[in-house]
Amino acid sequence: MSVSTAMGPYRRPVPTRRTGMRRVLREMRKQWTAYLFLAPVLLLFSVFTVFSVGYAFYLSFHQWNILEPAKPFVGLDNYARLLDDGRFRQAIGNTIYYTAASVPLTIGLGLAVALLLNNQIRARGIFRTFFYLPVVTPLVIASIIWKWVYNGDYGLANYYLMKFNIINEPLLWLADKNLAMPAVIITSVWKGVGFAMVVYLAGLQSIPEDYYDAAKIDGATGWRRLRDITIPLLSSTTLFLLVISILGSFQVFTQIFIMTNGGPLGRTRTIVWYIYTTAFKDFNMGYAAAMAFALFAMMLGFTLLQFRFLRREIEY
Amino acid sequence: MAVVTRERKSTRVPARELGTGRRQQFEEISGKALVYLLLFAGSVIFVAPFVWMVSSSFQDVSDMFRWPPSWIPRNPSFDNYVEFFRQERIGRYFFNSAYVALTVTALQLFTSSLAAYTFAKRRFPGRDLLFIITLGTMMIPGQVTLIPNYVILRHIPFFGGNDIMGSGGSGWLDSYWGLIVPQGASAFGIFLMRQYMKSIPDDLLDAARVDGGSEFRIFAQIVMPLCRPALAALGIFTFTYVWDDFFWPLIIVSSEELRTLPLGLALFVVRNRTVWDLLMAGSVITTLPVLIVFLVFQRHFIRGIAVTGMK
Repeated sequence: MSVSTAMGPYRRPVPTRRTGMRRVLREMRKQWTAYLFLAPVLLLFSVFTVFSVGYAFYLSFHQWNILEPAKPFVGLDNYARLLDDGRFRQAIGNTIYYTAASVPLTIGLGLAVALLLNNQIRARGIFRTFFYLPVVTPLVIASIIWKWVYNGDYGLANYYLMKFNIINEPLLWLADKNLAMPAVIITSVWKGVGFAMVVYLAGLQSIPEDYYDAAKIDGATGWRRLRDITIPLLSSTTLFLLVISILGSFQVFTQIFIMTNGGPLGRTRTIVWYIYTTAFKDFNMGYAAAMAFALFAMMLGFTLLQFRFLRREIEY
Repeated sequence: MAVVTRERKSTRVPARELGTGRRQQFEEISGKALVYLLLFAGSVIFVAPFVWMVSSSFQDVSDMFRWPPSWIPRNPSFDNYVEFFRQERIGRYFFNSAYVALTVTALQLFTSSLAAYTFAKRRFPGRDLLFIITLGTMMIPGQVTLIPNYVILRHIPFFGGNDIMGSGGSGWLDSYWGLIVPQGASAFGIFLMRQYMKSIPDDLLDAARVDGGSEFRIFAQIVMPLCRPALAALGIFTFTYVWDDFFWPLIIVSSEELRTLPLGLALFVVRNRTVWDLLMAGSVITTLPVLIVFLVFQRHFIRGIAVTGMK
């Protein structure tokens, strides 16, 4: 701009497409350092995310095995195959089972602990740290510890359940086809409650004390105050936790890989476990890419559904 | 003020008198006792597996395989630790974990704050579009990009025996490059830093520009020092995340020298099923650095999570 004034009286150019383009280019040249600053990030994202997604899409339309030179185009075959793949259906079922049990338990217990800690009590910080300790523990380590706890011969779980006469003989836990998934779920709940607790504690602190005072004067019992004030006012916190936890549990893998490796009898095969074995054990990467897109679609669908479903509740 | 407090008191008293005084007091005390009881029982269950790991790591195998379980080691010793470092080349795993986690953290702090500064404080054509694309990458789950990224890394030219067309060798697979570079940028980090940088007044930066400071000097000498709290928070998150990460090393690494601690331990469990004494020592070693980071920065940690949770 300063250039044109220096050359004489400034005449506003008619904004044709060409001069507009030229102005943008001049502005880009002037601000070239901005693009330089963005270069590392843009380069990494364009290779490992943007190009990568496109490439995944390409792979999903091919019979693509990394070990075989011939990689024929197969159209929608990979997606069609998903529909009749009994193992994939089983993986979806197991993942839904895992999600449906672990998410409500984690969020419910997190809320319960947060409510208990929200009283005026001593050693609040210590209790909070105790419940948060599993969150800090690396997931691989948590899985290893619990695998040892579930040990059929010497594990803690069997010892204390038998000591308190809850069971009569040792359980096989991770080797039992009906108990393996619940055992993995318990591990995940143990690991996740602390996170939900911290988020709920923050939410609880934003509820004005006056509401409770008013409710007390009206003679509302503790239970009614919880049901009619606390829980509704925490609904945006709950929505956040639900979205995060459901997306996370759709992707469950590490616990499965370490504790059961999909067994017994495929009862703990989850979607990501199946994607992993298909891509990196069988090297059937085209088919695995199609599965990954199916998972993506499920996650997207669930997120949109929850926002729609819960927004109505928040706005009443 | 006095009037106000008196008023508050006067509203509270009748509320109390609604119940029959003594009964209410009794209920309050027993209610509190119940709160403590539940919290205590809960923490015992939550901490027990953790304590169990630590106590097992100091026990001899013969003491570990004993009923009833002994929570306090009879003959506490560091033998498991010594043995673990000797047998499994854990020193190397430890180095790999630390090297990868620290490099990725440094890289992400640099690239994220550079990009965040540009998005927050510069005006240039295409800014909003580029920012939306950056945020959009957060939507895509890691599983979708996992397989193509494996193939991309395999075909990086001139590395791992590859020719200029990127074929013939293994590229960046099974190398520090592959472990580090793809994790070098984070949309979450950019978003976090940008939110923080928006609070820096523009006048401050304009003054520096008038004084002839280059954009990089403004960024490095004015903006970065002001962002220390945000950098600390992002650094802690990134370090912990990369230290704990298991999936990416599992896919990238095939040779033993490149295993990180979580990967090394996991493969140990999957392949040798019964060496629990050594595993517990390894678990303590793996947990310790993140635990220390957490305990030192506890306040930042919990506040950071609370803030991201509030949005």
